[in-house]
Amino acid sequence: MVPGADDTTMALVPVAPFLAALLAPWVKRFAHVFAGWLLALVPLSIFAALVRFIEPVAQGEVFRFHLNWIPAHAFDTISSGIDFSFYLDGLSLTFALLISGIGTIIVFYSGAYLRGHPQQGRFYSFILMFMGSMLGLVLADNVITLFVFWELTSITSFLLIGFDHMRQAARRAAIQALVVTGGGGLLMLAGLILMAGVAGDWNLSGILSRGAVVQESGLYLPILVLVLAGAFTKSAQVPFHFWLPNAMEAPTPVSAFLHSATMVKAGVYLLARLTPVLGGTPEWHVILGVFGGATLFWGALQALRHADLKQMLANTTLASLGLLVLLIGLGTEVGVMAAVVYLVAHSFYKAALFLVAGALDHETGTRDITELGGLRGAMPVTMLGAVMAAISMAGLPPAVGYIAKEEMYLGLTDGGAGQLVALLVVIAGNALMLVVGAVMAIKPFMGPLRPTPKHAHEGPLALWLGPLVLGALALAVGFVAEYAGETFFAPAASAILHAPQGDTLALVKSHVALKVNPLDPLFWLSVVTWGAGVALYLRLERIRNFLRRLAAGLGWTADTVFDAWMWGLVGLSDRVTRFWHHGRLELYLLVVFIMLAIAVNVPLLLIDGLPSFNEVPGLTFYEWSVVAIAVLGLAAVVFARPRLVAIVSLGIQGFAVALLFMLFGAPDLSFTQFMVETLSVVILALVMTRLHLDRRDARDFEDLLRDGGVALVCGLGITSLIVAVLNHPLDMRLTDFFDKTSVAIAHGHNIVNVILVDYRGLDTFGEISVVMTAGIAILALINIRTGGAQTGVGARKERDRKAAAKPAQEDGDAA
Amino acid sequence: MNTVIFRTIAPGLSALMIVFSVFVLLRGHNEPGGGFIGGLMAASAIAIYGIAAGVKEVRRAMVVHPVTLAGFGVVLAGCSGLLSLGYGVPFLRALWSYIPIGDTVVALSTPMMFDTGVYFVVLGAISAVALALEDEEDDD
Repeated sequence: MVPGADDTTMALVPVAPFLAALLAPWVKRFAHVFAGWLLALVPLSIFAALVRFIEPVAQGEVFRFHLNWIPAHAFDTISSGIDFSFYLDGLSLTFALLISGIGTIIVFYSGAYLRGHPQQGRFYSFILMFMGSMLGLVLADNVITLFVFWELTSITSFLLIGFDHMRQAARRAAIQALVVTGGGGLLMLAGLILMAGVAGDWNLSGILSRGAVVQESGLYLPILVLVLAGAFTKSAQVPFHFWLPNAMEAPTPVSAFLHSATMVKAGVYLLARLTPVLGGTPEWHVILGVFGGATLFWGALQALRHADLKQMLANTTLASLGLLVLLIGLGTEVGVMAAVVYLVAHSFYKAALFLVAGALDHETGTRDITELGGLRGAMPVTMLGAVMAAISMAGLPPAVGYIAKEEMYLGLTDGGAGQLVALLVVIAGNALMLVVGAVMAIKPFMGPLRPTPKHAHEGPLALWLGPLVLGALALAVGFVAEYAGETFFAPAASAILHAPQGDTLALVKSHVALKVNPLDPLFWLSVVTWGAGVALYLRLERIRNFLRRLAAGLGWTADTVFDAWMWGLVGLSDRVTRFWHHGRLELYLLVVFIMLAIAVNVPLLLIDGLPSFNEVPGLTFYEWSVVAIAVLGLAAVVFARPRLVAIVSLGIQGFAVALLFMLFGAPDLSFTQFMVETLSVVILALVMTRLHLDRRDARDFEDLLRDGGVALVCGLGITSLIVAVLNHPLDMRLTDFFDKTSVAIAHGHNIVNVILVDYRGLDTFGEISVVMTAGIAILALINIRTGGAQTGVGARKERDRKAAAKPAQEDGDAA
Repeated sequence: MNTVIFRTIAPGLSALMIVFSVFVLLRGHNEPGGGFIGGLMAASAIAIYGIAAGVKEVRRAMVVHPVTLAGFGVVLAGCSGLLSLGYGVPFLRALWSYIPIGDTVVALSTPMMFDTGVYFVVLGAISAVALALEDEEDDD
């Protein structure tokens, strides 16, 4: 056990960034340019707190932490409750270290990148919240906790992508990301709940060891599809890939963070995490292989089409995500190992290259590759970072990217025809990535110096330190490959391959090493990759032009489909609203009551048939007289022409009913009914005078027939429903329960009231909130009409009256 | 409707109704009554007073805006639920304490506090609507 690591401190890891986010705007105000330095301490300390777990996790230990959230009930089918619980093993630790480590650099970097931006404090808040969500996601044990953090990443990334919210493109990209990833998240929630139900546990650490149960259940395929929907939308797999390149609208540090360790890797994390549960089946291999392969190929091609540095990088991220999904889908020990190594390699070089692109943009004013060149003298340190990262991206020794590529080829060369196809796709993808890496490292820095919008020079420390550190790491990990393999890669791969037993995890052996062996056929696969890459690089201009023409000829993309879908949705809701919300109150009421008539009558007739009215109840003469009063009141409502008489008659009828309640032993109900009837008469009368309605109800005969018919059908339906209920024996279980427990545990004799304020207190709480809100809404409506609005019932009359009185002031009144 | 007789007895009647509504609220746990009915009664009292004496007079007498009362009621009901968190039991779990005063024992409980919240919400929301409707020259 690690000292000082209790449940609360572990919960602080994802929560601390949120707390820091609350303070960030103030920190920015008081610390000015040093805010970036100060706030970077938050992820740095999280990183430091997690470092202590490296040693035990490398030994195969796993850690569980939990705080109570919603405890389980005895009658729940799932024994564990929904807890705020966390689970730390090789996989989540690797992710958490990447997130907090790269996060430190990102926060630091954005201090310089967004220097002087009026909303910088807000930006710090957003990025810290995003980091917290990501940390929570990878550390969560409970699937509901995981889902909450998952959706939090969608929401915070929405804020980040739309940070520059005055631009329409940024807003659109933000909404697109939110709709795609948030929608996928909802599908995933359904999948996770199904999975937890089948496995009988809300905690991932428990579900992991019940993979066989899940796979044998009939719900396996729905679970798989739903979970994959979440993972694929988040990790931007084809055909949900389009939001990712658009998300480039975000400030560059956000892109660097989103693309390297966070957000898009969340889907990969989920797939890796659930491999012991869902993986290993033919469906898993095929679906992941096909989608991953397609995404890899598509992303790599798209990367070549663009000239914008960020767009190129964004599309290679697609390719990398596809590669990761493909490798996880492969599911072999070597394949998973390759996925882990590549994940780490990609995080380093992608973050570094994005930061380089940001620095170039910041210092030169452009990030169009065709406008940049010859910056080696002006920005040497940035170039060093770019070159180191690009070496890793291109998969050249000794970088960790090379090891990852060798591992991939090893994983893909021991199988059948399917793997051969995958191997070819991966080789092509890697070659295309070498091209992009080369472009990133060579084009902006080599060749003759090109004029740029700004005079280029090296940026401040914060702008070049990040890429330098990350680039150096990408190389350094290659030199200590054995150590990294045993400490990080093998435990993470084990967590993907095996379920934990108790507090330990069976470790796979790490065979990761930096070896360049010309006798090994795998090495020659690498050489083929490099050769293809160089060949492609030399023909880059022609390929780019060709791909552009192709894209222009294609006409539509997933992006346009998304737009059409969104506009269709808006149009549909517009039409639905216009259809129902036409502004004629009497038709609203008519629709409501017709629906009531259908809802009451149709099921009654279909299921039970009309109930028989068995016996005339034996009432005393005074009871009959009360009934007679009610009938008389009703008749007066129907036949009275003056509205005021009708309103008062309605009150009489209501009072008679209240009397009946009283006579038959429901004093509470009767009491309430009396008050409600009184108030309805008062308020209806007030409304009538207030709205300046005609004193008499002048309806056409057709309207009378229509309204009367609906009223009759509703009344008959309700009556037969009540008779039908009375024909059944009364179920006394609840009555008995309340009878027994009301005094004993709730200390009250008035069961009705005790139910309202104690047994069902939460319901009542909701209801009174609604009452208050409705009161405010009614008040607002009344005030709108009297506040000088020129529309609405009676307003015209008022206007006419005033106009007649003061014809000279007509114009002033209308204004 | 606004006769001298009505205008003369309305203030007394309203006061009586308010007192009775509080009585109904407090007996609610064991006898017919409770916050909802009490609140309706108090709202009727306000409405009657408004018809008799005019909305301006009622607003002056109520000191705060009725919607404020409704908001206060929701907060009170919510707080009664939150109290239970201090004892480590779930939200809205009823807490009781019996305070002997002389010969009698007064039972105080969070359900009663909750019910008082209901009373204020109903009173506030309905009288807000009634007063706004009565108010011809809206100066709200």
